[in-house]
Amino acid sequence: MSTAGFNSQNGTGTGQTYTNGPSQNPVALQQPSGVGYSVNHQPAYNQMQAKVLAPPGPALYPSGPYQPVPPGPQVGSYPPAPAQPLLPRPQIGVLPSHTPPQSASPGPGPWPAQATPPAQATPPPPAVTSTGYYTGPPAWQYAAPRGPAPNHVNPAAAAPPLMSHSSTQPPGPGAPPTSIHGYTQLGDVAGNGPQAPNSYNHVDNRMAGAAPPGPPGRHLGHYPSLPPGYQNTSAPPPSSLHPALQAATQPYTQGPLPYQQQPGGPGPSPGPAPAQLSPSMAAMSLQSSTPEALRVVNLLQERNLLPPAPVPAPTPCLTQDLQKLNCSPEVFRCTLTSIPQTQSVLNKAKLPLGLLLHPFKDLSQLPVVTSSTIVRCRSCRTYINPFVSFLDQRRWKCNLCYRVNDVPEEFMYNPVSRSYGEPHKRPEVQNATIEFIAPSEYMLRPPQPAVYLFVLDVSHNAVETGYLSVFCQSLLDNINALPGDSRTKVGFITFDSTIHFYNLQEGLSQPQMLIVSDIEDIFLPTPDSLLVNLNECKELVQDLLKSLPNLFEKTMETQSALGSALQAAFKLLSPTGGRMSVFQTQLPNLGVGALQSREDPNQRASAKDVQHLSPATDFYKKLALDCSGQQVAVDLFLLSAQYCDLATLGCISRYSAGSVYYYPSYHHQHNPAQVERFQRDLKRYLTRKIGFEAVMRIRCTKGLSIHTFHGNFFVRSTDLLSLPNVNPDAGFAVQMSIEENLDDMQVVSFQAALLYTSSKGERRIRVHTMCLPVVSSLSDVFAGADVQAITGLLACMAVDRSVTSSLSDARDAMTNAAIDSLSSYRQSALTIQQPGLLAPACLRLFPLYILALLKQKAFRTGTSTRLDERVFAMYQLKYQPLAFAMLMIHPALYRLDDLSDEGALNIGEQTIPQPRVLQLSVEKLSREGAFLLDAGLVMYLWIGRNCHQNFLSQVLGVSSYAAVPEKLYLLPELDTAESQRTRAFVSWLRDQRPFFPSLHIIRDESQLKPHFLQNMIEDRTESALSYYEFLLHLQQQISK
Amino acid sequence: MAFTFAAFCYMLALLLTAALIFFAIWHIIAFDELKTDYKNPIDQCNTLNPTIEKVKKIKRVKIAIKLVLPEYLIHFFFCVMFLCAAEWLTLFLNLPLLAYHVWRYTSRPVMSCPGLYDPTTIMNADILAYCQKEGWCKLAFYLLSFFYYLYGMIYVLVSS
Repeated sequence: MSTAGFNSQNGTGTGQTYTNGPSQNPVALQQPSGVGYSVNHQPAYNQMQAKVLAPPGPALYPSGPYQPVPPGPQVGSYPPAPAQPLLPRPQIGVLPSHTPPQSASPGPGPWPAQATPPAQATPPPPAVTSTGYYTGPPAWQYAAPRGPAPNHVNPAAAAPPLMSHSSTQPPGPGAPPTSIHGYTQLGDVAGNGPQAPNSYNHVDNRMAGAAPPGPPGRHLGHYPSLPPGYQNTSAPPPSSLHPALQAATQPYTQGPLPYQQQPGGPGPSPGPAPAQLSPSMAAMSLQSSTPEALRVVNLLQERNLLPPAPVPAPTPCLTQDLQKLNCSPEVFRCTLTSIPQTQSVLNKAKLPLGLLLHPFKDLSQLPVVTSSTIVRCRSCRTYINPFVSFLDQRRWKCNLCYRVNDVPEEFMYNPVSRSYGEPHKRPEVQNATIEFIAPSEYMLRPPQPAVYLFVLDVSHNAVETGYLSVFCQSLLDNINALPGDSRTKVGFITFDSTIHFYNLQEGLSQPQMLIVSDIEDIFLPTPDSLLVNLNECKELVQDLLKSLPNLFEKTMETQSALGSALQAAFKLLSPTGGRMSVFQTQLPNLGVGALQSREDPNQRASAKDVQHLSPATDFYKKLALDCSGQQVAVDLFLLSAQYCDLATLGCISRYSAGSVYYYPSYHHQHNPAQVERFQRDLKRYLTRKIGFEAVMRIRCTKGLSIHTFHGNFFVRSTDLLSLPNVNPDAGFAVQMSIEENLDDMQVVSFQAALLYTSSKGERRIRVHTMCLPVVSSLSDVFAGADVQAITGLLACMAVDRSVTSSLSDARDAMTNAAIDSLSSYRQSALTIQQPGLLAPACLRLFPLYILALLKQKAFRTGTSTRLDERVFAMYQLKYQPLAFAMLMIHPALYRLDDLSDEGALNIGEQTIPQPRVLQLSVEKLSREGAFLLDAGLVMYLWIGRNCHQNFLSQVLGVSSYAAVPEKLYLLPELDTAESQRTRAFVSWLRDQRPFFPSLHIIRDESQLKPHFLQNMIEDRTESALSYYEFLLHLQQQISK
Repeated sequence: MAFTFAAFCYMLALLLTAALIFFAIWHIIAFDELKTDYKNPIDQCNTLNPTIEKVKKIKRVKIAIKLVLPEYLIHFFFCVMFLCAAEWLTLFLNLPLLAYHVWRYTSRPVMSCPGLYDPTTIMNADILAYCQKEGWCKLAFYLLSFFYYLYGMIYVLVSS
């Protein structure tokens, strides 16, 4: 109950504030230990999917909001493998990872490559399904009394645990553990090894023995005039080909649906008939037990690599028990789901090792624990987590430093089952993501109130854009939804060439403006009445917001003293800390922090190196560090048509853990799409959850160490990030290195702990723990590669590289990353050498993503790109959580004119069609269709010249193609099935992200068409290679 | 035996190198502290103390920053002295370090104040490792040159 306010999607929830014991239901007081916990009873981690999977689904991770969940029957027909015994826990990591052979499940159609790690192919027993972590409410949750009753206990009021429980005392420390999960039984069940014969060696041997050598050097070293798939050199059709493989390996000329999510047979025209198969595929058919992730794919031969639905995160090869407890990949993701044992194996693999985090993500279900003592390792301070081992009832062994710790008395009592002596069943040990309410030793000062300061540009340029009225209106609308409690404070500063403060003290009849024109030596005119309590002075604040847009209507002041305004704002906020939202519309040109324009418009399209990606002055960085020290975060909204030097200004947010929003060419009349985006973003920004004075520490198992951090923060220590504010839309990336060999370890763990003050003034710790297997062979490392995470991390590294070195360096580094890893795969992991560009199936999209990065706004050359937009794209790559960063790197293309309800999602009342994702190539477009390109921050709906009349009239509400208006930003609300489907789909896409992508409906001759076509990554442009050319380039480099 | 300008240079260099050795040690300690801080099982309060700890950290970096310029200046100073004293071999031995200092200072991050280390990037493992290595190399160099100056001084005193 009490968490409702916090866990609601955007933090606006008006859930009750946390109450303490005395006001609770008396039942609570009977709970004998000083431990309470609360869970809110929304059933699932992901709201949307929860509704789909109303009956508890298999213990499968829904892998993200983008993963369309097939309707009911799908769940049931998950590949059955009855012969496989349930993997027992003792097999941690020893498991030769990809055990159940693919041939064991001949019935269902092929799944996207990474979707079915065999560990999951075994249908989980019902008991497991009900505790499936995010798919249904955990079992212990049922045991918990529902409703407002005993969720929160005042420790002081509770009786000491031992007294009340002395009669039912469970076995003491010496007694054998009765644990279901058997943490102590490691190694007991040794007989469960039917999987053993399927280890890689066997596979490889068989492969080596059986594979007929391919035609030598057919594609090696020279450029074929046509993609081989187009040539009619057909190999003999293999009759024994597994239908799954068959469908997945259909080359160019084959049917359009090689991947089918629906079980029950691939594609419309399956059958073994005329498939052209490369020798590798023929070999594949002979040994079908290669793990799917390692299936060899010849990239030059296979065209349709893109799965029809968004790529799911690979599942680590852990035993089911561990995997079930593991952290959601949306929160915590590793580039290699199998950690190499030594740095030398990692170096050989040439893949980056790192973590991608989204630690403060809005979660719909989050167990919250209130406890007077938080159990942590005495040596490394790790929080107790599901992956620790209990030696006996009184001792647990830390999974990060392997120190043996005592279980405190209080922890012996389990508030969930209300039983004593089962520490391994406590919520802390059952949930990889958990939140603690921290006791006072986690505070250095009383938790700060929520403090919001708005710093607004009111120069002539700013008034011209008209943003002020939008801002004031938004804030007026959401003023009650600002997260906070009775202590919430707000303040306003406006600036042009002078700084204006607003005295909002209670008792004044109207807001009083105080102007400070001495910008060189800034001071606060009335320090204590500029930041006021929102509840007490709400009327004055509302008055001010209503009058502010008119106040500066006639201003002729063109200069902007941003630096001084920031200094003033810092002075105002430094006693308390808080959030500073800065709205800027032009290059600051007065006083401290004044900047000069550094961009030469003629150089925008040059293929030479891009200059000025690093800051021009360190004023903003230093100020940001000062802010960070005083727990002030600065969020920057840049609304400008001209160059604003975001590379310099952005530092203020980057090092103070703020966020940057950029609205190029913002104008209230000329650019309605940007206005709508600004409005929606502001609403989300103002109402989303916020954490103050936060720090995040990332710990990992001894032997691993953190190398570099990416994101917006200040690094205070090798593993500690200082985050004055933390918001639910911020992502982080971490590069790791292996310092000591992980020889005798089977699993390693990572733990991210975020300590923050909630807007209600509570100190809380959110802990995420992820466990991954350690492998020693290179092929296992490749099998566990997570191509999206790798791409995300590479993008972060490339941003750093282009700032410290140069853009061309970064581009080379990205290409080399693809070349190195693929050639390393070819040399070390592949036992038989075949012609062609070979990649393991899990990395088959790697070259495509690298090419997409090279053509991304941040890194592209040769195409006209404004410097600010480029820098903003770089910020986004570093700051956005992986799911959204991936959309910005590789947009999704859908065909919208033939939407049907087949395979649609049902969310509440609505039916959301799920069109398949198309390749980004003009070849996929057709004049008869309408296509939606979703590039994260922007969507384009392209209408073909001969688009179906039906679509034009039913969805767009126009009579003919010619009648489609030139500038159209929204889909009309028509009462037709087609219109409803289309709008449902578009708004569903929008709802999944925390920012608002604007929609542009464009015709073939529209001005925006080049922007649309720039996203066609697989095609050739004047300055960049096509996908096929890029592959040939890679191949040439590899075979050198 | 006469007290020449060259002998004076060597004596001065000897004293200053002692100071430089001290600087180098301080440099090493500062970076080592930065790096290994997290290893200590320190009290929760201190670990989670945002304000105090941070100020300390930045101060430590600042100390390192403050040491850099004097070090460079001192080294430059006695290079000039050796030039005047026409001690070509000694000068030649010091030139690489002088060149390195010039390169290091010209390629520093954008900063409005004198200094070398950027607190926002100093915690990157690459840079931290580089700085530590730099510290050790310099310490070795200064130690060797200390004994070389000692030898040089006696040699000059005896030979003249």
